[in-house]
Amino acid sequence: MAKQRKVYVTEGGEPVYGVIAEFATPADVYHAAEKIRDAGYSQWDVYAPFPIHGIDEAMGQKRTKLPLVCACVGLTGAGLGFLMQYWMSGVDYQLVVQGKPYGPWEPFVPITFELGILFTAFSTLICMLAMNGLPRHNHPLLKKERFLGCSDDTLAICIESADDKFDPDQTRAMLEKLGGRNIDLVEGD
Amino acid sequence: MTTLHPDESAARRLAGLATGELPTYPVPPGTGDGSLVDDPAVRAPLVLNNRSFHDITEIVCGYAEKPPGKWWLPLFGLSFTIAQIGTLFIIYLIITGIGAWGMNNQVDWAWDITNFVFWIGIGHAGTLISAILCLLKQKWRTAVNRSAEAMTIFAVICAATFPGIHIGRQWMAWFLFPIPNSNAIWPNFKSPLLWDVFAVSTYGTVSFLFWYMGMIPDFATLRDRADLRLRRNAEGPRVLPFLALRTDAVRAYVYGFLALGWRFSSRHWHRYEVAYLVLAGISTPLVLSVHSIVSFDFATSILPGWHTTIFPPYFVAGAIFGGFAMVLLLLIPARELFPNMKDLITLRHIENMAKIILATGMIVGFAYSMEFFIAWYSGNEYESFLFTHVRAQGPYAWAYWTMIFCNVVTPQVFWLKFCRQSPMIVFIVSIFVTIGMWFERFVIIVTSLHRAFLPAEWSMFWPTAVDIGIFVGSCGIFLTLFLLFLRFLPVFAMAEVKAVLPQASPHHHPPHPGTGGHEHGKDGH
Repeated sequence: MAKQRKVYVTEGGEPVYGVIAEFATPADVYHAAEKIRDAGYSQWDVYAPFPIHGIDEAMGQKRTKLPLVCACVGLTGAGLGFLMQYWMSGVDYQLVVQGKPYGPWEPFVPITFELGILFTAFSTLICMLAMNGLPRHNHPLLKKERFLGCSDDTLAICIESADDKFDPDQTRAMLEKLGGRNIDLVEGD
Repeated sequence: MTTLHPDESAARRLAGLATGELPTYPVPPGTGDGSLVDDPAVRAPLVLNNRSFHDITEIVCGYAEKPPGKWWLPLFGLSFTIAQIGTLFIIYLIITGIGAWGMNNQVDWAWDITNFVFWIGIGHAGTLISAILCLLKQKWRTAVNRSAEAMTIFAVICAATFPGIHIGRQWMAWFLFPIPNSNAIWPNFKSPLLWDVFAVSTYGTVSFLFWYMGMIPDFATLRDRADLRLRRNAEGPRVLPFLALRTDAVRAYVYGFLALGWRFSSRHWHRYEVAYLVLAGISTPLVLSVHSIVSFDFATSILPGWHTTIFPPYFVAGAIFGGFAMVLLLLIPARELFPNMKDLITLRHIENMAKIILATGMIVGFAYSMEFFIAWYSGNEYESFLFTHVRAQGPYAWAYWTMIFCNVVTPQVFWLKFCRQSPMIVFIVSIFVTIGMWFERFVIIVTSLHRAFLPAEWSMFWPTAVDIGIFVGSCGIFLTLFLLFLRFLPVFAMAEVKAVLPQASPHHHPPHPGTGGHEHGKDGH
């Protein structure tokens, strides 16, 4: 049962994406993340120019299933690679090479391995992007001038209005209490 | 190490205490540039001069945004011209046939395959740095991985050219791949040459994906900087004086397209880091397999000097050896030519790479001696004849001894600390190693072929102008691509370099005046 989500709009009629606050150091943003996680928020994110060590734990983020997907795709690739070789050499176009059998598995090992690697590599990049919802070139956050500092040295936390616990005043007050600076509303959706 | 805090250094700059070049600070005596700390209890800084996150962005983006030094354009023009001459030779070869090379009925693999193995080997250092050193948690790799990976891809491009043109009927090159055709035939999967096609194309593709994924956050940084400049001043510099197109608009569009909308979300970073580990994990066996498979081209034949089981590890070690020499050949001049690059590539980085050259050089030297030992120990008269009468003596002995001198003798200077720590000496040794590794492949390929089982088949190989032109041209292609990389792409993995700065740790607390030292997080886990 999906709860009816409250929709917040600004005075100008723009939908509210969330509230953003900047933090001074990785330690500050780390501790703030722990508090926000413990307060029970789920739709929020830490923005940093580099991966902060251990921030996923501080945010309560579960480990991604990405390697599992990659392993499945990789093994599929290896299997298809083997079948391709077996069918081409052993079934469809039987060729005597140095008096060896048509479809032995031994000479097929290198290409089976390489195709397994190739499929894994493609699935890793594609899955990483897909799980992150990328490519997405337009985003409400990217419209905020101060947010672009996150690609340089700014550390920020944005709590989204999609969160059940989101409340424009309380969320802002909490971010302020946690040491957030330049707290601002993000418009758009 | 200096005790000046990054904030303080930024404040000094803003206060006008230092302009233009970023300020540098005195270092403790006996530590070279400040990175050569001998005390194992002290962690040597990976980035010098207390650079802040913003400084890293400014330094690295500056290479892509500001006009390059006066040296860039002439050097680019020269290497581009060489590349074009090489291309003309390739076109001549395709029109004429591979008889334009100096190969003959007996020596039917020569410079073409030598160059192929040489270039593909060069690439291996990049993958070693980006994958194996990542798994081994060697943090110093962050400063060199981007340029080394770029080098890998450009080397694979050069390498792939040679088998492509050496097949003779180049318009049939698609026959290398299992593509359905009207003859209803398939390639021979029992041939190591076909394994090589798959190994090299997989290697090139995976290296490119790894390189590109690493650059996504840095493209986003370049995009945001261009975007910010545009928002503040829409009347920035134009691409061409008469064109109403702003340089920053092009940058924001191109880098923005390549950044795929990356927005530095930590939830994204989490998956990104896992994906990075997966790619590092698969690239490690991949890089070991590629040169092993290249060595199978030789090892599965029955030719003396080729038919040996030592080839796969020996080729892989040699590839890493030659590849690190090429990394150093490119980066030692680059750190002199680009402002502030010495903050990121320190003397310690160079020393570490010199140590790897020494270690892999010893493995290569061991392999050379083991080949001799096995030639004698196996009791195979063809094998021992090859080593005693063909390689160590005979018409190509000069090539063999050049190889021994360059690959085994010269790296020994790296036992001495001052040689490892002097960029000039490391550069000179790298030149020797690069020459030596080219000769290694030449010796393996040509000496085994030119003395066949029947003395009536014995012949010599002499390169023609086309041989030389295409090899020199491939060096031009390589350098052209690398210069374009230095000019337009993020030369350092900014996000990774920032992540290894001391202030990036969530348990780092800046030293307070008076208390001094670092106070470690009380609630650390």
